[in-house]
Amino acid sequence: MSLDDLAGRGVEVVIIGSGPAGLTAAIYAARANLHPVVLEGEPSSTSDQPGGQLMLTTDVENYPGFPEGVMGPELMQRFRDQAVRFGAQIHTVKASRVDFSSQPYGVWIGGADADKPTLRARTVIVSTGAQSIMLGLDREIELVGHGLSTCATCDGFFFRDQHIAVVGGGDSAMEEATFLSRFASRVTVIHRREALRASKIMQRRAFDNERIHFMWDSVVEEYLGESTLAGLRIRDTKTGETSVLDVTGCFIAIGHRPNTDLFVGQLEMKDNGYLITEPNSTRTVVEGVFACGDVQDDYYRQAVTAAGTGCMAAIEAERYLESLHSRAVS
Amino acid sequence: MAGPTITLSASTFDEEVNSASTPILVDFWAEWCGPCKLIAPILDEIASEQDGRLTVAKLNVDEAPDVALRFGVMSIPTMILFDGGEPAKRVVGAKPKEALLGELAEYL
Repeated sequence: MSLDDLAGRGVEVVIIGSGPAGLTAAIYAARANLHPVVLEGEPSSTSDQPGGQLMLTTDVENYPGFPEGVMGPELMQRFRDQAVRFGAQIHTVKASRVDFSSQPYGVWIGGADADKPTLRARTVIVSTGAQSIMLGLDREIELVGHGLSTCATCDGFFFRDQHIAVVGGGDSAMEEATFLSRFASRVTVIHRREALRASKIMQRRAFDNERIHFMWDSVVEEYLGESTLAGLRIRDTKTGETSVLDVTGCFIAIGHRPNTDLFVGQLEMKDNGYLITEPNSTRTVVEGVFACGDVQDDYYRQAVTAAGTGCMAAIEAERYLESLHSRAVS
Repeated sequence: MAGPTITLSASTFDEEVNSASTPILVDFWAEWCGPCKLIAPILDEIASEQDGRLTVAKLNVDEAPDVALRFGVMSIPTMILFDGGEPAKRVVGAKPKEALLGELAEYL
């Protein structure tokens, strides 16, 4: 069914976002015969895209059921195929506005100024995830694709036998550094502290890798080079001294921010923008609106925990719809 | 639905690009790139819809690394529009269809 056909017609469940959380919710909701409509997002080379952050990763080695590991995009294709198999309707569009002030809830696609929502739904599952944070330095946007990258798997290949930098100290930074060391002659990890946040196994892997080197207590101050990146100006946070690191590539992995702009003023958020849900539940402050996956998780942030909360959201949406039905009958 | 998207290789690249009867949009892609997969169906649609005004072609950078290097491709997907055999427009990164068409508008 096209979106035009759905317009005006009530939908039981709309799922916004299509990472592990959203697609698991779609599988469960479809199997419960709720005919979920998934707004999977629009293509982009950041992590705010159909399939979510795993679309920009390589080997996923900790997702249960894949003893040999699996490529992130392949895993997400499998999630998607499974949701489609049970009848989830997936649309490659982005929600532009929501209205949770009255039931059924309104969801806009395309022009957010339109008087009427594109869809009306009795329940909404929010699974919009999180995306990588950039450094916020001058010329950052124009250098993306010209030596500066947010996607190691997309771009690592082009830095064969070159010296590149990875900024960050968590698991994703170590994963990128390790992956990039397959191509690059030398990878320098720039970290603002003197110790890593990454898990022990990822740290060991990076420390044992002869091509990976570390610059501690250091931050990037400036991107050097005209139209393509030709180096980084680095400041030592302890001494205040600056130096130039001679790299042709720079990969940013300093953390994430939740994709919650759409819900400002409608759902409760923590100071860092993550959605608040009830303990041991995906319920938000709005009855019938559930949040799952990284958009409400600033602690675990794993594909498997996102999938777990996606399952919870679908089950809670199903029970909520049942309760509406029994209220209507009694 | 497969559009009339053509596949280039290192050996056919120059001839196809130079002899194209319309502007030709070359998608530099690879199997292991997630965003490249997201944009592939969009390029097929554009190829069908713009048939006669625009040629859409794909070049696998794994198979033709030298061509990618020649055009300074450092990130994929990169789409380069060649007009009269010369690069006229470059779009880096996956984008929604409307945004991509917007970037190409002056050549269509």
